[in-house]
Amino acid sequence: QGALSSCLRKPRRDPPSFFPAVSQASLVRLHHRFRALDSNKKGYLCRMDLQQIGALAVNPLGDRIIDSFFPDGSHSVDFRGFARVLAHFRPVEDEGTGTWDPEEPEPLNSRMNKLRFAFQLYDLDRDGKISRHEMLQVLRLMVGVQVTEEQLESIADRTVQEADEDGDGAVSFLEFAKTLEKMNIEQKMSIRILK
Amino acid sequence: MFLLLPFDSLIVNLLGISLTVLFTLLLVFIIVPAIFGVSFGIRKLYMKTLLKIFAWATLRMQRGAKEKNHQLYKPYTNGIIAKDPTSLEEEIKEIRRSGSSKALDNTPDFELSDIFYFCRKGMETIMDDEVTKRFSAEELESWNLLSRTNYNFQYISLRLTVLWGLGVLIRYCFLLPLRIALAFTGISLLVVGTTMVGYVPHGRSMEFRWRGEFQMNCLTLMSVPLHTFLKPRKNRPRNGGICVANHTSPIDVIILASDGYYAMVGQVHGGLMGVIQRAMVKACPHVWFERSEVKDRHLVAKRLTEHVKDKSKLPILIFPEGTCINNTSVMMFKKGSFEIGATVYPVAIKYDPQFGDAFWNSSKYGMVTYLLRMMTSWAIVCSVWYLPPMTRETNEDAVQFANRVKSAIARQGGLVDLLWDGGLKREKVKDTFKEEQQKLYSKMIVGNHEDRSRS
Repeated sequence: QGALSSCLRKPRRDPPSFFPAVSQASLVRLHHRFRALDSNKKGYLCRMDLQQIGALAVNPLGDRIIDSFFPDGSHSVDFRGFARVLAHFRPVEDEGTGTWDPEEPEPLNSRMNKLRFAFQLYDLDRDGKISRHEMLQVLRLMVGVQVTEEQLESIADRTVQEADEDGDGAVSFLEFAKTLEKMNIEQKMSIRILK
Repeated sequence: MFLLLPFDSLIVNLLGISLTVLFTLLLVFIIVPAIFGVSFGIRKLYMKTLLKIFAWATLRMQRGAKEKNHQLYKPYTNGIIAKDPTSLEEEIKEIRRSGSSKALDNTPDFELSDIFYFCRKGMETIMDDEVTKRFSAEELESWNLLSRTNYNFQYISLRLTVLWGLGVLIRYCFLLPLRIALAFTGISLLVVGTTMVGYVPHGRSMEFRWRGEFQMNCLTLMSVPLHTFLKPRKNRPRNGGICVANHTSPIDVIILASDGYYAMVGQVHGGLMGVIQRAMVKACPHVWFERSEVKDRHLVAKRLTEHVKDKSKLPILIFPEGTCINNTSVMMFKKGSFEIGATVYPVAIKYDPQFGDAFWNSSKYGMVTYLLRMMTSWAIVCSVWYLPPMTRETNEDAVQFANRVKSAIARQGGLVDLLWDGGLKREKVKDTFKEEQQKLYSKMIVGNHEDRSRS
């Protein structure tokens, strides 16, 4: 808390290096970006600050992505939360599998965590399962008014059926991960920050 | 008490003498040469010296940062993340291909992995997007000894601080009063002069030229605190045409109008701007709109067309972006001025941000703060290019014509050509753009579905 409040008081200092998952140079850049997005110099971002980004507003899943910054119904995100979400997209360096210390928490940009991030974009009520209804709603976001209700329903049904293994009518995280086990997640869900 | 009196009057005398001397110097060395277009070469020397000092200052800061083993923030004009310029369709196909164990058939409908594309694209825009950074001042590669452009404040050594302090002294105690005096003289001359000109009865049509010339000289005076390099004199806008330029600050107007005769278009303002506007109308016909009229596009178009048809009237100066952009890019041109059918004379204006940033961030600074910042920078240096005139071709509509002119200006000025609307500064983007994305995506998942149901 102390480090953060001093960060807010003197906005021109280096951001505190509390975040080992992201390199120091990238952190400086993200902090600069955070301050640029924070239009009224409040020290935190609210939904509207992110909605102001034109290119994000035209993204069909823009609202879902913005929601991922505000978990648990909060209305503001500080720099720590901001960097935390973006840390999921750090490219995975090839350190060689199995060299993590199992005592350490899994890094945010691991394959599993990237998958978890994508999963929660679908899982609207955060109950750990993607129901048919949630699938339908997300699909509706992605296609807008271009597709009829019946077509969308049949797509949602088919998708849930194909992924659902234990027959509970919903897709759990493990089932989701199994469907995508061959996917090159590391590359598709990574953003490289220039040095 | 009586002993103090002579001392007081001495001070007053000294003040009076120094002011007179100052004004005479001003007149001889700055105002008169400016009107006649003569230059002493002082400016070039000044700029060269400044550039050398800036380079040294940046090196010092980099060394200081290395000694402390910290990262120096380095601005990137091309964006901070690596991007692939692939289309929605290509990328989603690639995502499906990489994850699918089935043989590649071209009719998969929806895959759970499709979300990765939107997710990543969305995150990329959060980290870095093309538009947000255009509405704040451009970041410089090397520090120009102004605290307002310094992002690495804590790496300044003692020597640099002294230099910076010296710079503050020079800028605030020498340049600022000088420029305020010049601006004051210029504005008073404009107001007084145009009022006098207004009393001269309107005669033949050619007289708009000399009125325009008078206006030009007054504005030259106002632009003297700025330093401009202009390119050769061909392609100047002619009567009955429209001059369009990219917009960075109100100073654009002064710079262009001090080099040619124009009729201006704009909203009626109050305060000092209003006084200047009313004064200028006395000399030449300008097109000032009330705020309520601005919303009525037909009215605006009608008045502009009328003005343009009258060949004796001066060419109109318009900034089609509609708002100030930070001079690294050119944003969408509003099509209104391109529908009128007159010849368009494009002008590209590029400021050199090293000596002072001319961008007016109207959400951050009011007019007075902005002018103060202008007057306390080292200099405002800009390059102006007059491009060959363009007319709308028969097979293109106003929007395409506007985009063509915009690309020409962007290319000449070395600016990024963007399709985004400058209005995004204040408003949200329209939903139609999102619908386009949704349309593209639904073709991928439903277009195929229809094929399937048919077969």
